[in-house]
Formats: sequence, C-alpha cells, structure tokens
Amino acid sequence: MNDSTGATVELRRVSRRFGEVTAVETVDLSLRPGAMTALLGPSGCGKSTTLALIAGLQAPDSGDVHIDGAAMTTVPAERRPVAMVFQKPLLFPHLDVAGNVGFGLRMRRLPRREIRARVDAALAQMQLSGLAHRRVGQLSGGQEQRVALARALVLQPRVLLLDEPFSQLDAGLRAEMRGLVRQLQARTRITTLFVTHDQAEAVDVADDIVLMLDGRIAGHGPPPLFYSNPPSLDAARFFGVTNELPGRVSHGIWRSPDGALRVPCALPDGPAILTVRPEALHLAGPGDDPGEEDPPLTVTGTVASARFAGTHLAVRVQLSGDRTVTAHTPVGTPVPVGGKVRLSMAPDACTVFAAARA
Amino acid sequence: MTGRGTVRRGVLSVAAAMAVLPLVPLLVWSISGQWRYPGLVPQQWSDRGLRLLTDPGSQVVQGLTTSAVIAVTVAVLACCIGLPAGRAIGVYRFRGRTLVRFLLLAPVIVPGLAVTLGIQVFFVRYGLSDTVTGVVLVHLLPTVPYAAVLLGAAFANLDLDYERQARMLGAGPIRTLLFVTVPLLRSALITAALFTFLISWSEYVLTLLIGGGQVRTLPLLLFAAIGSSDTTAAAALGLLVVGLPLLLVAVSARLLSTAAPTTIGLGRL
Repeated sequence: MNDSTGATVELRRVSRRFGEVTAVETVDLSLRPGAMTALLGPSGCGKSTTLALIAGLQAPDSGDVHIDGAAMTTVPAERRPVAMVFQKPLLFPHLDVAGNVGFGLRMRRLPRREIRARVDAALAQMQLSGLAHRRVGQLSGGQEQRVALARALVLQPRVLLLDEPFSQLDAGLRAEMRGLVRQLQARTRITTLFVTHDQAEAVDVADDIVLMLDGRIAGHGPPPLFYSNPPSLDAARFFGVTNELPGRVSHGIWRSPDGALRVPCALPDGPAILTVRPEALHLAGPGDDPGEEDPPLTVTGTVASARFAGTHLAVRVQLSGDRTVTAHTPVGTPVPVGGKVRLSMAPDACTVFAAARA
Repeated sequence: MTGRGTVRRGVLSVAAAMAVLPLVPLLVWSISGQWRYPGLVPQQWSDRGLRLLTDPGSQVVQGLTTSAVIAVTVAVLACCIGLPAGRAIGVYRFRGRTLVRFLLLAPVIVPGLAVTLGIQVFFVRYGLSDTVTGVVLVHLLPTVPYAAVLLGAAFANLDLDYERQARMLGAGPIRTLLFVTVPLLRSALITAALFTFLISWSEYVLTLLIGGGQVRTLPLLLFAAIGSSDTTAAAALGLLVVGLPLLLVAVSARLLSTAAPTTIGLGRL
C-alpha cells in the first residue's frame, strides 16, 4: 500500500519437468507492474506449476524467477515478498479468524499491538470485523476465502498469487469475490497473478491475460486482443471461436470455394484456416444487397437449427461440403429453419491462420 | 430405536463391568490384614497397604517417581522419533516403503525378550545397563513402532497444503512444524503419547533385564511383592499401577473429544 510502484515479476527461460512430463517449457514472462494479470489455461497446462515456481514452492529445472530485479533462485518460499491464496481456504483449524489473519505477522515477529491493529484493519477491509474470534469451522465458504485473502493481504506483499481462489464457490458468490479482489487490487496496486481456467473470469478480472497451453505461453496481452486479434488458432479456439473455414493462402489472399479475402498480415502461401467469432457472422436473406465498399466475405448455406441462448439466438448453418458454422443473432430475428441464408462477415472480424501441416 | 439403545447400553455396561470388576477384589485385598478361605470378607482389616503407598521413605514412592520419569521420557522420545518416521511412511512414496514399514513394526512382532538378550551385551559394553538411561532406551524398542504407525496414519490424512500455506506466510520449516503441523496432529500425538506411556509404564521384562534390578519401577516392585506372597502389598501396588493410567485415559479422552474429528488420524491405520 505504501509502494507507489508495483513489483516487477519476470520469468526467464524457466522450465520445470516432472519425470517425463514437461509442465513448464522455457517460459519467458514479464508481468506488468501493479497490474492484475490472469494466467489462463485448461487444467494441466502448467499454470499452477508456474505459480508455484514464482512462489518458491517448486524450483525450476532451468531458468530464473526475478522479483523486483532480484533473482529468487536461492530464496526460499518463506522469504520471498510473495503472498499466495490457494484454491482451498486452508485456514488453520486450531486458530480463530484473528489468529489466522495474524499468523504471517506473528511469523515476522512483529509486536503484539501492531499485529492486533493490522489484523483489525485487514478484517474491516474484508467486512469481517465481527468474526475476529469466530472459530474457522463456523464460517461460510465465502467468509473462509475472504479470511484467506485477508491473511495474505495483511502482509502487504509485493506480489500476490491467487490459484483459482474462488473455483469452489457458487457462481453468484464468485462474481462478488472477483469484484472484491478487483477493487482491492486497484487500490493497493500489488502486482497480482490470478490463475484460472475460466476464460470469462479472466476477462472479467484482469488487466492482462497470459494464455498458457501445453506448458508454453500462447498469448499475452489485454483481454480484447484475444477477441479481435487472437495470437494463434489454439488461442482463438480457447476464446470460443467455433467457426473455422479451411482454405488456401496465395499472394496474401485467402481463397476457398466460399470466397476470397485479403489477408492483412503477411502469411506464407499454403493451407490456411479462416476463423470468425459467432457474433461477427451476420445473417442476411439470399437476395439482400451486399455492402458496396470493402465487401464482406459472404457464404451461403442452409439453416440447420436455431437455439435460444438467453441473450442471443445460436443459429447453426450447414455449408457445402459437410461444414457447419454458428452465428449469433439478436433474439427476435426471423430465422428460416431449413431455408437458405447468406452469412456475411466483415474482413476485420476474420483472422486467418496458417494451418498446421498434417 | 429404543431397542437399539438398550442393546448399546447393555454392551457398554458389560464392557465397563469387565474392566472394573477385577479391580474390586484387588481393592479389598489392599485393605485387608488377614483374609483366609472360606471367609467371604477379610477376617482382619489393615491400613498397611495404604501406608506402604504413602510413606515417603518407602520404595513405592521412589518406584512411582522412577516409573513416571521413565514413562514420560519414553513417551516424549517415542513421539519425537515417531513424528519424522510417521511422515516418511504416511506421506512419501519411495522405493522400499513397505520394507521400512515392516522394519519399523518388527519390534512388535519379534519377541522383545529375544532382542533384548541380544542387545544387552552392547548395553553392558557402553555402560548403559543398570541405568535409567539404558531402561529408557530399551523401552523405545516396543514403543516407537506404535508411535510411528499412529502418526503415519495421521500424516496420511493430513493435507500438506497447510504446510505450504504456512511457508507462504513466512514460516520456515521449524516454525511450520511447531505452529502448524504439530497442532494439526494434536489428537494423534496425544494418542501416541498415551500409548507409549502405558507400554513403558507397564513394562517388566525389559526393565528387569537392562535395569538389572537397580532401576526399580512399579512393575518390578509389584512382581517382588507377588513373589514374596505379600498379597496386601501386591494388591495396593496393583491398584497404583492400574489407577494412574486409568486417570490418564480419562483426562486424554476429554482432550481428544474437543479436537476436530478430521485430525483424530486413526482413519488409515
């Protein structure tokens, strides 16, 4: 809180193997100081291992972790300026709420009076003031995780690590807790890494997202980047792109039986996949006039089904050659199930990736 | 429902009777002066037994002290050894784990007499025979396996993430052990301490062999009294030998009942 600048956290060519399995593969990562970064990826992608490496609970096989520019290789976990909240609350059952929150301060051998003052302040911040002398077994799930957060934040760490801290709470409470963390982080400006496998949670909570797939960093940037300009086909898929149209790129133009599109960035000639998000596909009748300038790519097909999905209709359209795409259209749009439709997509909503050679 | 309650009460009453009834004649013996066949009650009463127990100059008070010192030391040491051993067999998966487990338990399986006769030579050589230290050491033989197995089961049920969390809060290895692991294993530690105390407290053969009659614990005095057909003294000593452990069990049952059920640790013995 008294630090005006957040800590820098850097991983330099860090690898970690478990027997045959490489959990983290030569990862280079630099967290934005004072920001909240979400470390996102499916289970088993190495994100929790990455967190443990920064925390010092595991040692890298190669590479270094640097915090505030200092190599952490020889610094044990208990001496790193890092606090961590685990998936489970892990409140010590033999201590009451105040005893738990004050545990870290006691380990630092602070005077009793200072511990009390700081614990009281931390509890107040978390709206837990009345619970100081409650036994931890009597708390609700949300209260438990708030105590765990207070226990970490009371230490005023330089770096805060959160390992899927709310995944065991129900959806409403989870959103509330996210809001609380967001607000606390914005106030304290502690460099924070938030591990999650939930793409929506990452987008909701973070200033930056680091996408991790198979032990490697598959993308790093602000959340909109992963929607507007996903760094890879895998990244696009992880962020909910369901429409993939195979084709070929030659001389900077993607072509398929459905149409052609100028590819914005230089892509080598060869097989390529065009991706487009379902919400960027616009439904048009077969006779509607396509736009004049910057003509959108259009494909035609048969409506296979239209499903109400709360905020939109999910329309599945069968294209030629056994391919289907999904478009999201506003609720109330007339959709001729079984009829022909034309789908248009703006060029800047499409991203083309070189196809992996089989 | 009431039928089951009655059965339950019945079983408990029988168990309690089986534990307490044998003590009744002992109690009568201890305050009798003369009790011959066919008298249903002693012909003569006496307070000799009680005086024997309370006279500060008698061997009994010294024996009580010796027994208590040895048993407490053995309990503490056995738990100190059993803690890392229990961690090893309860938590770590390593090659030869089953063998280590078996070796730890071996002293319970192999007759203590056989082992002690073997190691007595070494105790004599290193000047440990006839000493309290020697007796404490030999008492570790039958006690450490119990402590290790009990604590091993507790460790197997312990969530080691608590220790990781403690480290993240700035506690080094020693303080993590003292402030987190030991409190979490409290129930198992109390149970282990109680078991090992009782084993040591009632040990006779090993004490006699290594103590050589110089280290006189209560069981030694008891056997001496039985050997000299002094039934009054034997009964009084017997009550003492049984009474203190009963008191301990009662106290520890109270302590254990307040502990969290998840940390009792007898789950995966």
